[in-house]
Amino acid sequence: MSTVTSAVRLPQKGSALVFLQRYGVYLAIALLLLFNLFFTPNFMTIDNFRVQFIQVVPVLIVALGMALVIGTEGIDLSVGAVMALSAAVIPLYIGYGPLPAAILAVLAGCLIGLANGTMIALIGVQPIVATLSLMVAGRGIALLVADEQLKSVIDPGFLALGRGTIAGVPYSVLLALILVGLVAVLVNRTTFGKQLVSIGGSRRAAELAGLPVKRVLITIYILAAALASIAGIIQTARLSASVPSTVGNLIELSAITAVVIGGTPLSGGQVKVLGTVAGALLLQLIAASLIKHNVPDAYSQITQAVIILLAVYLQRGKAVLK
Amino acid sequence: MSLALEPSVGPATTKQVTRERIAGNVQRYGAAIVLGLLLVVGSFAFPTFPTLSNFTNIATQSSFLLIVAVGMTFVILTGGIDLSVGSVYALGGILAAYGSTWGIAGAVLLPLLVCGAVGILQGLLIAYGGMAPFIVTLAGLLGIRGLVFALTNEGANTPLIKDAAVTALGQGGMLGLRWPVVIAVVVVVIGSVLLARGRGSQTVLAIGGSESAAVLMGLPVARVKFSVYVVSGLCAGLAGALNAAYSSSGVPTVGVGLELSAIAAVVIGGTLLTGGRGNLIGTTAGVLLLTVIQNLINQVGSLTSSVQAVVSGIFLAVVVIIQTVLSRTQRL
Repeated sequence: MSTVTSAVRLPQKGSALVFLQRYGVYLAIALLLLFNLFFTPNFMTIDNFRVQFIQVVPVLIVALGMALVIGTEGIDLSVGAVMALSAAVIPLYIGYGPLPAAILAVLAGCLIGLANGTMIALIGVQPIVATLSLMVAGRGIALLVADEQLKSVIDPGFLALGRGTIAGVPYSVLLALILVGLVAVLVNRTTFGKQLVSIGGSRRAAELAGLPVKRVLITIYILAAALASIAGIIQTARLSASVPSTVGNLIELSAITAVVIGGTPLSGGQVKVLGTVAGALLLQLIAASLIKHNVPDAYSQITQAVIILLAVYLQRGKAVLK
Repeated sequence: MSLALEPSVGPATTKQVTRERIAGNVQRYGAAIVLGLLLVVGSFAFPTFPTLSNFTNIATQSSFLLIVAVGMTFVILTGGIDLSVGSVYALGGILAAYGSTWGIAGAVLLPLLVCGAVGILQGLLIAYGGMAPFIVTLAGLLGIRGLVFALTNEGANTPLIKDAAVTALGQGGMLGLRWPVVIAVVVVVIGSVLLARGRGSQTVLAIGGSESAAVLMGLPVARVKFSVYVVSGLCAGLAGALNAAYSSSGVPTVGVGLELSAIAAVVIGGTLLTGGRGNLIGTTAGVLLLTVIQNLINQVGSLTSSVQAVVSGIFLAVVVIIQTVLSRTQRL
């Protein structure tokens, strides 16, 4: 009897919750924009949005890779170190031109991804410690590569990546959009995407089903590192300097937050690409709104923490409701 | 016949048993063995290493991390994680500095009360709210650091400790050991006794082994999960308060990345991140190992903090790889 009533009740009780879980992040963005429309002067301007988009790009790109990793029930703490390493490599090879330098920077980052993937997929080390060890070692390596120095980068072709625009849209934003599209296609339209999600659902089942679990996992960690390297390159171009000691510091936390707010569960088995984009945008808009109202950084950090808790609390019952 | 077909189900051969025992012991005492080796090698390599004052330094430097790592061990034993300890550590320091105007009682009780409350809040959300420890304590890491900066005018204030009794708590000591070291030892002993004899200890290990099995056995899973986060909050707050007493001030920026050192120490000490197995002696060895490595690198002198980071990172990687391989051997 009680099971029947609960079975009838669940969807009704759930519908508002399900809506919030699925569209909560978009709703939050809409509400925030509405608030700013009325209460923040000069917020709803093209210039402001251009600034916001430029600022969100590094976190967004890192979060895309993080979403893939989290989809496999993993986590990658080393993304900030990867950004630092790619930033450190740029000034070494910028003499050969911007493109070779960028390619080498991405390759260097991919080495860290390969190390992560090997430890996790082949040896079976837990993702959090494996990537923790490379987070610590990776930044050290980056600093050694850079001789522990800040180096300015003046190559005009390279700096265009940070400053150039096409029809008012900055290159970096355009690049981020392309990457979002590629990752979305990868997740939703390819066999690889299906394999990724099924590993996150149950690694054991995926192994028994004969999926190339190890290969997919290694590839995912390399992809995450490649995306983080690109973020490092963009950041370097924007600053017109390679700053391996600080670039990407704590970005893993922002990226994980963006992914989780965007509706990708930490328990894996799902990847929400658009949600991740929205999650990163929401974090950026919150920070910007608080700054424009002169709220001290301390309180914006507390606000961010409360929002993470709220978002995850709402998603808590997801598995049950589905 | 069935033995030949399914060797893993049949009775284990003596050879297997021996191998399992060796693997288990290496995992349990590996950190202590490596620590012993490093101490010997370090003593021969650097004449300035095996001095009383250097060892006292190592002990003092380790004590703060050790107290944090004891709480972290409890959390990790249940298969959880506490990322908030670095921020809670800073909060403990700030509150100890503010509380020191009421003397030593204020400097100790205020941080313990507030940091305990932080642990209670996180424990409630994790144990009774069913939220992932990683996310709750990540929010804790951000939110509590925010609180620390809010309390110190965006980190511009560094509240000083003027009460002599409070600074004595950090800088004084007995038998050549500073109070933080003595307190850390006491915390380890109490923690070990709790783990060995406490009513909840079996539940702690059972949750880490298999949470659903622990629930089905009727163990007080939620209550114990809740309490480990309170313990962790208290430990981090205590360590922060002692560190503030030691440095005569509450510094808003201390403890950034401390959670990672604590996790690394616990893992190096042989506690499985998946929970269910581990002990505080291992954690102590893990903490000492991290500090000794740092100390040895400093002895070399010409090596920078980047080299230190590379060495610690690679060391951690090697340890977890060995552990993973060993625990696989044990399962055979």
